[in-house]
Amino acid sequence: MPYTLTINGQQHELDVDGDMPLLWAVRDHLHFTGTKFGCGMAQCGACTLHIDGVATRSCVLPVADAVGKAITTIEGLATPAAKAVQSAWVELQVPQCGYCQSGQVMSAAALLEQNNAPTDADIDAAMSGNICRCGTYPRIKAGIKMAASQVRNAGGAA
Amino acid sequence: MNTNRFSVNKQQSDIDTGRRSFLKVTAAGTAGLTLGISLSTSAQAQAAATSVADTALEYNAFVSITPENVVRIYIKHLEMGQGVYTGLATCVAEELDADWQQVVCEHAPVDTAKYANLLMGQQGTGGSTAMANSFMQLRRAGAAAKAMLVNAAAQRWQVPADEISVHEGVVSHGAHRATFGELAVDAARQTPPAADTLVLKTPDQFRLIGSETTLRKDTGKQDGTAIYTQDVQLPGMLTAVVAHAPRFGARVRSFDASAALARKGVRQVFEIDTGIAVVADDYWSATKGRELLQIEWDDSSAETRSSATLLEQYRSLVETEGAVAEQHGNAVGTLADASDKLELVFEFPYLAHAQMEPVNCVAQVSGHSAELWYGCQSATGDQSAVAQLLGIRPQDVRINTVFAGGGFGRRANPKADYVLETVRIARQLPDTPVKLVWSREDDMQGGFYRPAYAHKLSAALNDQGRPSAFQARIAGQSIMAGTSMAAMMVNNGIDNTSVEGLTEFSYDVPERQVELHTTDVGIPVQWWRSVGNTHTAFSKEVFIDALARKAGVDPVEYRLSLLTSNPRETAVLKLAAEKAGWGTRELPAGWGRGVAVHTSFGSTVAEIAEVSVEGNKFKVERVVAAIDCGIAVNPDVVRAQVEGAIAYGLSAALQDELTLTDGVVDQSNFHNYQVLRMNAMPVVETHILPSTNAPSGVGEPGTPPIAPAVANALADATRQRLTRLPLRLA
Repeated sequence: MPYTLTINGQQHELDVDGDMPLLWAVRDHLHFTGTKFGCGMAQCGACTLHIDGVATRSCVLPVADAVGKAITTIEGLATPAAKAVQSAWVELQVPQCGYCQSGQVMSAAALLEQNNAPTDADIDAAMSGNICRCGTYPRIKAGIKMAASQVRNAGGAA
Repeated sequence: MNTNRFSVNKQQSDIDTGRRSFLKVTAAGTAGLTLGISLSTSAQAQAAATSVADTALEYNAFVSITPENVVRIYIKHLEMGQGVYTGLATCVAEELDADWQQVVCEHAPVDTAKYANLLMGQQGTGGSTAMANSFMQLRRAGAAAKAMLVNAAAQRWQVPADEISVHEGVVSHGAHRATFGELAVDAARQTPPAADTLVLKTPDQFRLIGSETTLRKDTGKQDGTAIYTQDVQLPGMLTAVVAHAPRFGARVRSFDASAALARKGVRQVFEIDTGIAVVADDYWSATKGRELLQIEWDDSSAETRSSATLLEQYRSLVETEGAVAEQHGNAVGTLADASDKLELVFEFPYLAHAQMEPVNCVAQVSGHSAELWYGCQSATGDQSAVAQLLGIRPQDVRINTVFAGGGFGRRANPKADYVLETVRIARQLPDTPVKLVWSREDDMQGGFYRPAYAHKLSAALNDQGRPSAFQARIAGQSIMAGTSMAAMMVNNGIDNTSVEGLTEFSYDVPERQVELHTTDVGIPVQWWRSVGNTHTAFSKEVFIDALARKAGVDPVEYRLSLLTSNPRETAVLKLAAEKAGWGTRELPAGWGRGVAVHTSFGSTVAEIAEVSVEGNKFKVERVVAAIDCGIAVNPDVVRAQVEGAIAYGLSAALQDELTLTDGVVDQSNFHNYQVLRMNAMPVVETHILPSTNAPSGVGEPGTPPIAPAVANALADATRQRLTRLPLRLA
């Protein structure tokens, strides 16, 4: 049946099964391919996007449950905190293969919206749901700290 | 993939091979010089391309320059995170004197004559050889293109070519000045210079090689715009999944597809060699259709043993004499007569690669040609396999290479397993692009694992506690047997990848013997980041550590005393020890410190791990690594590779373990195949030994030392000598 999804501030109509995970609606039907498929059971975080600002695993969220919510994909990231994360990722040369990095950036951006001075423990807690097999964890952690510092200097986020 | 047998001391002949190949390439370039050619018109390449016009002028197989002042460099190796876009482009841009900002990279097409790996003789990525085989070839390609720019400027300005200077993308002479783009058309008309006229820079003239400020060229990974196989979108494309048998070697006895075919979005269901393919409009429909299949499997030729049973057999096997892989002196006799000995038995599980992007591939078969889009690693091998399957010419198989979401060995399959599976499906749907997607479960249960092994290591000790004789016995499956590479890598029944790391022993022990039991098991196996060194470095370095403790000598001092004829390992070990504060830095109570050093893929890495222990739980807190990889073309990429290699090896040291019960894989996804997460990642410091030697591998050599370094740190903290991976404290 038809569903209306609000993605990156725009409304999209699509006719899919309500139990289709949001990930596949976004990727296969709306062609926002920045959001990645890694496990299909909310174990790896590659599919992370924001639902009403909260980092959410889209591979297990049915389309029907996403109706009426503000969905943000990596393509729509625009807040100062998110932009700070992305600049830090480039500055510190975080990605290797990069396949998990959309999810890492989404989780990191959501963390900074809540907490602009995360400790190592805060970062571990927020980021341990995102697997990186290339082992970029130390740079991710450094990237989050760099971005947090930028956000604080700009007087932004929490 | 392993090409360790081509050791570094063959570097000069490799360079000569490169020179010959380059002459051929430039000759072809002259004949084929075309203006206004359109490169890589495939949909995904366009999607991924930067906004440059398709008027690139080819200077040689590796370099084109557009009038819009873009230098495009063709990368003959697969970018899967290891940094080949950056490293290889640096070699070209260095000699070309390009501005790094104007450089863009693109995967080269599959064309073995132009783009062979000079250490392999065919196009392909593996064995940490990308930089080692390309370093001189690509520098020459850059220098040749620069000469063409200079000659064009000399003609235009009517000045002597040797008075012209080139700096960061600008060619100048006196008041004359032109960008590469302004000279691009004229320069492309120049005759490519003869190879023997090229003058390459000396290391003191390097501006980009060794630079700490050149940013990576595999961009778009922080904003979701980088394109992987999973992201390839083509008009009319369908998505396929395959139901594979639960046991390796099983066949389809019968199946009922009626319910699957009735499912919305499912287009076709048919049997292929590897199972039942479900082709649908999208991935979700395909997987839902697959759940509705009724399949009866024929297990009569399937592997039905359990991994625990196999390892029990391996432990018995290593108590018996195996095929001799290497022999120096009479180690067996000396061991039999020895009054003081040490023996340890080691055990290693099967491992999945578990790269973040599960296996996938896109293919379209049309008449007598095929086109594919994927993270193609074994370029020549895959192209030949597809051609053979379809009965067409290799040159009619066009492969468009996109970024791979990790590889770690899995994507270089000697049997082209998932590539052929895709083509077997696509050939049933002519003129239709088909994307094969393996789910995480398909990927984890689909085989091609790092084999399980058992080792037994024995040493006879003299009265100073030094080993006078050493013996290693290894039992496990051969990675190479039955592949097209067996002829190259299996000699007298010995698969080099089963024993490498214990053969060519780096420590000074006069008598040595390495023996191998190659087992016949129907579980598909494959190389896994650092191949044989994943297990041989562990047993070797844990064993040496145990010998040091038995002798009551500091483990670093003990190693150094056995490395007097190995200056490279000595230097790297000393650097790591110094940087880690070995012997000087006080550790908190309950912590332990361990060391390991190993040489693989032409590079030497030493790692020192510090662990904290509480009861039977432990955490790796800090790792200090030192590497000698020759010239570090991009030091930050080298450090990133060492960090990543440590994380990958640490994952296996701490928890990765794939088991089978009655032939069925027990794990299916990341909930029961646990891999390293951020909360278990230690602080890593990497130190690069300064060098002017030719570059050697960096993708793999950081992995082997980490597991033994951690095991040795646990022995330091607890006196428990762990010899089984993953590591579990009692």
